[in-house]
Amino acid sequence: MRSSAMRDMMEITARPEVISLAGGLPDTSTFPTEAFAAEMERIEKTAVAEVLQYGPTEGSMLVREQIVEVMAAENTRVDAIDVTVTTGGQQAIDLITKVLIDPGDVIICDAPTYPGAIPTFCSYEADVRQIEMDADGMRIGLLEETLEQLEAEGKRPKFIYSIPTFQNPGGVTLSLERRHRLVEIAQEKEILVIEDNPYGLLRFDGEPLPTLYSLDGGNYVVYLGTFSKILSAGLRIGWLVTPTPIREKVVLGKQAADLCTSTLTQDFAGHFFRDGAWREYVDELTGIYRARRDVMINAMAEYFPHGATWNKPAGGLFIWATMPDVLSSEDLLAKALSKNVAFVPGPNAYVDGRGRSSMRLNFSGVKEDEIIEGIRRIGQVAREMLGLYETMTSTDEMKLPPRPPTDGGGSEMKLPPRPEEEGPHP
Amino acid sequence: MKIALLQGGRSLERGVSIRSGQRVTEALLDLGHEVDVMDLGPDLVGRLEANRPDAAFIALHGTEGEDGTIQSLLELLDIPYTGPGVAACKRCMDKSLAKYILREHGLPTPDWVTYTEAAIRDFGAASTFGAAVERVGIPLVAKPCSQGSSLGVKVVTEAGQIPNALITALSYDNRALLEGWVNGRELAVSVLGGEALPVVEAIPTESNTYDFEARYEIGGASFECPADLTDSQTAEVERVALDAYRALGCSGFSRVDIILADDGPQVLEINAIPGLTETSLLPQSAEAAGLDFNAMVQRILDLATA
Repeated sequence: MRSSAMRDMMEITARPEVISLAGGLPDTSTFPTEAFAAEMERIEKTAVAEVLQYGPTEGSMLVREQIVEVMAAENTRVDAIDVTVTTGGQQAIDLITKVLIDPGDVIICDAPTYPGAIPTFCSYEADVRQIEMDADGMRIGLLEETLEQLEAEGKRPKFIYSIPTFQNPGGVTLSLERRHRLVEIAQEKEILVIEDNPYGLLRFDGEPLPTLYSLDGGNYVVYLGTFSKILSAGLRIGWLVTPTPIREKVVLGKQAADLCTSTLTQDFAGHFFRDGAWREYVDELTGIYRARRDVMINAMAEYFPHGATWNKPAGGLFIWATMPDVLSSEDLLAKALSKNVAFVPGPNAYVDGRGRSSMRLNFSGVKEDEIIEGIRRIGQVAREMLGLYETMTSTDEMKLPPRPPTDGGGSEMKLPPRPEEEGPHP
Repeated sequence: MKIALLQGGRSLERGVSIRSGQRVTEALLDLGHEVDVMDLGPDLVGRLEANRPDAAFIALHGTEGEDGTIQSLLELLDIPYTGPGVAACKRCMDKSLAKYILREHGLPTPDWVTYTEAAIRDFGAASTFGAAVERVGIPLVAKPCSQGSSLGVKVVTEAGQIPNALITALSYDNRALLEGWVNGRELAVSVLGGEALPVVEAIPTESNTYDFEARYEIGGASFECPADLTDSQTAEVERVALDAYRALGCSGFSRVDIILADDGPQVLEINAIPGLTETSLLPQSAEAAGLDFNAMVQRILDLATA
């Protein structure tokens, strides 16, 4: 859990004068207003009483059928009956954790992992073990070592949570080889894998990879999806695809949490995906985000200090950058906020304070000129602090001992990684 | 009365300010006042001019709210406000200036040196780190000159850590101080209307050699009020706290943070506008003195409008 002083600091990122590269916002400004108006008119004429009413806890059949279609676009076949609609992807994470985790149970996840999952896992008192990633996603060799170590401790993880495609916050994608291996491990050891896939359709470069769910056939892989990044975060529609016994528990959990997801927004989304030009819209978003990614990468190359590293994600919303290890990203955020720019400091993506010099940068929710200006300001404050540090440590009069190594040593994800540190495992 | 409740703002303590503001708003409404809650923004002065409140309740912490900026605006607008005046805010907000003033008044405060970013960058100040260590001793604490919370504070146990600690401290302000570490009990004396409220002691939840974590990290300590002190210790601590409050020119309320060392109390800093959430130290002290939250808020308001 982050200190409350740090949480307070994040409060300022919501101020209007702040260029926030901290969020995970989709761009909703290009959604065609006439399509929106048409949906609203249709509702007004045909469905007012219905959308003002409760709906089934599992979600409306229309939306569940459209979710089947959206997943088919990633070559993932599911039955509508196995889909549970949730109030955003966040509720899907919450429900699956609520259903499966008792205090002290082990969850394995990526290092770094989705910052929004950490408070959820912690609130159910899970024992979270994070597996380092490299440019090919979770290092399966390290996963196997961790599983062995857990076995020696007499523990079995309840599930492995991973975002294999355009990972948040790392931006990396699990390679095909590792996807196969991860699914094999899940099947051999009978461990559930929670595949969180909010960004899979937002691919900028390269060929799509099969989802873990499609490789496994839905036996050991639970799938989490959301419309937040491909249509609207405001509609709050996500989903879970689970084997039946888990689905029954999830539905009970959802009943307790909120009875059902908004009937109005389900109706809107269901019709948009059934009748609307959703593929064109996703293509348009992908184009916008690709351009913004490139603008951000170019700005980083121009403004970030020597020694900073970052990756070029092939899709999604985020770039993970690491500053020279003299700099703490939390301190840098304080300085950056004084210049009205914000990002997510790396430690928010770890349970144990790692990620000290790293940061998550979002490019989807900010216009190109603001991306450039935001990156310029972050680069400027980072250079200033580095310059100051160099001035202090190059002084002859006082021979200062070398800086002690930072926490986490050399095991943190710093991208791009040097080839090939992993050894025999794929 | 018609009260403008000022909260939020752009400081790094925005979050705690909003929590203070919400709690105070509840109390003001309970007390039958009319409350207009305002965040700091371009419309602030316009709203104050249009609404003409009888008083402003300042629930702001950190830069702009606690450093005199808002207070001088309110004086120009002729609106009475809670807490210390412009000059006292400026003195308290600048930890180094506050320590100079304490010393001038013969009040005890740990040895310190101040560094500006410019002195380090442009004048080779780094070669004085050795002298600084001789002056203040090791361990020492590096902190930004003008932050209210624990943000940017680092404990240094060997000279080689100074550059790192200063990089951190200077991320929160362009001036930082290195202050000698004093072993002792951590006390907070809240002063309301020129009177000391019962002393609070922060007791580290887990002890380590210097209790570094506990002193500067939230959740590292539990609080006891009134502190378990002898009568003469209490009298001495209260005297020093009130002297410090007066030396800095505070009025209304403030909180004085003190270390009670073997050889007596040492003043660390004075918070011009301490936290006003349910669990903050000033409300805890007021409660121990028999003033519940509402009564405390009314008293603060009375002091501003008297």
